[in-house]
Amino acid sequence: MSPINYVYLAALLFTIGAAGVLIRRNAIVVFMCIELMLNASNLALVAFSRMHGNLDGQIMAFFVMVVAAAEVVVGLAIIVMLYRARHSASVDDASLMKL
Amino acid sequence: MESLIGLLVGAPLLGAAVLLVGGRRLDRVGHWLASALAAVSFVLGAVLFAELLGRSTGDRTLHSHLFSWVPVEGFQADVAFQLDQLSMVFVLLITGVGTLIHLYSVGYMEHDERRRRFFGYLNLFLAAMLLLVLADNYLLLYVGWEGVGLASYLLIGFWQHKPTAAAAAKKAFLVNRVGDAGLAIAIFLMFTTFGSFAIAPVAEAAGEAGQGTLTAIGLMLLLAACGKSAQVPLQSWLGDAMEGPTPVSALIHAATMVTAGVYLITRSGALFNAAPDAQTVVVVVGAVTLLFGALVGCAKDDIKKALAGSTMSQIGYMILAAGLGPIGYAFAIMHLVTHGFFKAGLFLGAGSVMHGMNDEVDMRRYGGLRKYMPVTFVTFGLGYLAIIGFPYLSGFFSKDQIIEAAFAKGGTQGWILGAVTLLGAAITAYYMTRVMLMTFFGEKRWKPDAEGNMPHPHESPKTMTIPMVVLAFGSVFAGGLFKLNDSFVHWLEPVVSLEHGHSPVSAGAVTAATIVALVLGVGAAWLQYGRRPVPAEAPRGSLLTRAARRDLLQDDFNHVVLVRGGEHLTRSLVYLDGKVVDGAVNGVAAGFGGLSGRLRRLQNGFARSYAVSMFGGAAVLVAATLLMRAV
Repeated sequence: MSPINYVYLAALLFTIGAAGVLIRRNAIVVFMCIELMLNASNLALVAFSRMHGNLDGQIMAFFVMVVAAAEVVVGLAIIVMLYRARHSASVDDASLMKL
Repeated sequence: MESLIGLLVGAPLLGAAVLLVGGRRLDRVGHWLASALAAVSFVLGAVLFAELLGRSTGDRTLHSHLFSWVPVEGFQADVAFQLDQLSMVFVLLITGVGTLIHLYSVGYMEHDERRRRFFGYLNLFLAAMLLLVLADNYLLLYVGWEGVGLASYLLIGFWQHKPTAAAAAKKAFLVNRVGDAGLAIAIFLMFTTFGSFAIAPVAEAAGEAGQGTLTAIGLMLLLAACGKSAQVPLQSWLGDAMEGPTPVSALIHAATMVTAGVYLITRSGALFNAAPDAQTVVVVVGAVTLLFGALVGCAKDDIKKALAGSTMSQIGYMILAAGLGPIGYAFAIMHLVTHGFFKAGLFLGAGSVMHGMNDEVDMRRYGGLRKYMPVTFVTFGLGYLAIIGFPYLSGFFSKDQIIEAAFAKGGTQGWILGAVTLLGAAITAYYMTRVMLMTFFGEKRWKPDAEGNMPHPHESPKTMTIPMVVLAFGSVFAGGLFKLNDSFVHWLEPVVSLEHGHSPVSAGAVTAATIVALVLGVGAAWLQYGRRPVPAEAPRGSLLTRAARRDLLQDDFNHVVLVRGGEHLTRSLVYLDGKVVDGAVNGVAAGFGGLSGRLRRLQNGFARSYAVSMFGGAAVLVAATLLMRAV
């Protein structure tokens, strides 16, 4: 199977993630969609790595995983704190930071 | 001997300082102290005069260097005096007439509780004027020049509780500032052109400068002279200056202040001789002022303002003579000195009349005073005869010489100037006869003053009459004395580079014409004011009379052109500043304010809307990149 198909899959997953971030209000779902986008990019990186025949893309993918893990820790903590304070996990309820 | 020059200036300056700083303790002796110091100055002047007389003609200049004022590389300003024949004449006039006026003021200001201060200012006036005529460089002269302006301001506004006096003082000060700016610019020009502003080096180097520069310096000096000497177009302060006490008017008009302009032009003779264009303007200014002042003098009912018009006119004669160049300088100064005598006498006489008439100044309220004030009548009358140029009195000799010099200018100019000076002589005779007839002759037209007190005219005290008598002697004999062997002219010859003009009209014919003009003027005045009773209320008069009563519309002119013009200019500048300059600045600020107000709405707090802009931005970037690739 040609690696280009993995790139198409990655694009599809990324689009689904992006749409989820934009459309859904629930912070957990938005969060999962972000994970989806990150992993879509991982998939694309790995596919590119295969297409070019070197390991640069795979190394990049590891970096993304590390960053994603750190982001999960911080993000989940924020979401939990938000839920405790407001009894809601809607991202639109947390809209006080404006002029 | 040279050190006396410093003392000469120092004595009145010391008097001013002591009187103004000393306070009320000096109230009882202040006036005598000031008069004594003025007299000391006069005595020193006389001693120096004797010293100069004893020397040979070429050696009659004394120098006295007091100290270096601004010792900077390439810019040397010293406080140094130079006493030559010209300065000597002024010193004697200033201190002599000044001392007499001090003495007169002792009586005149007797009931004024601020008399000590008044005498302090008088001394300051003398000191400033002496500094002006003795300075050996233009910068020091400028100090004296400004000092005279300051002292005149203080004295004209001496009765500052009267709003008119305060306004007159401010007017004199402001109009003089215009002239002072001219002097300052002239000094700047001298320094840049000649590298010096000391009088002697500038005079020596005068011929080397370009014609344009010399004309510019000449015109700026003329502007300065116009301010101090009340010449057209800066004449408007002189009439209002009558708000000051009468001795001040006498001092300003006879010995100090208005003579400064004539002095400046004569002193800068070398510059003017090298700039014929500037000289022409000087002559024109003199001729115009001569007629202007004379016409104003004809219409005024206020005795002091009539005399003020006369001063303006007589100074016009002097400026005209000074503008004629080497053929005229000596006669300008001679007329200045004789004028100093009779005009001081006339003003002191006017003050004496006012003193006896409850400070009434309207001549239509006088009449028949000769029986009540015999001394004033005789001294005023002699001054009157002198100023109209009655044969063999002072004014006759000095004015006659100026008319002769005017004819000697040559060509059409000479004829025009000669005619103007003759016409001026006729008008002088007319208005002075008018003053004389309205004041001392005719029936009594006295009216009670504002408080209902009928005036009881009486002769003034001795301190006032003695100076008047002395000045009357001067008015009668000074001219003849100066004319004797042409001694005055010969005395000034080394300073003013005298030349004798060639008049197309013989001296005898000029004298005859002057006497005819005199008779015509006196006759016309007698027909109008002597033969018929003078109306106590001023008749409406012709258009010219009404204009002359308003000083030939000088104030209206200044108001319309300068005040209104200035107001319009400043208003349009304020408008321009408000609308254009501030408008641009405020517009930019408001534009950015509005724009950021719009942009602020983008930050709405919804994370998802930020995400949309982020994705949108990323999409645009990607699209742009792809597009660029494709192209």
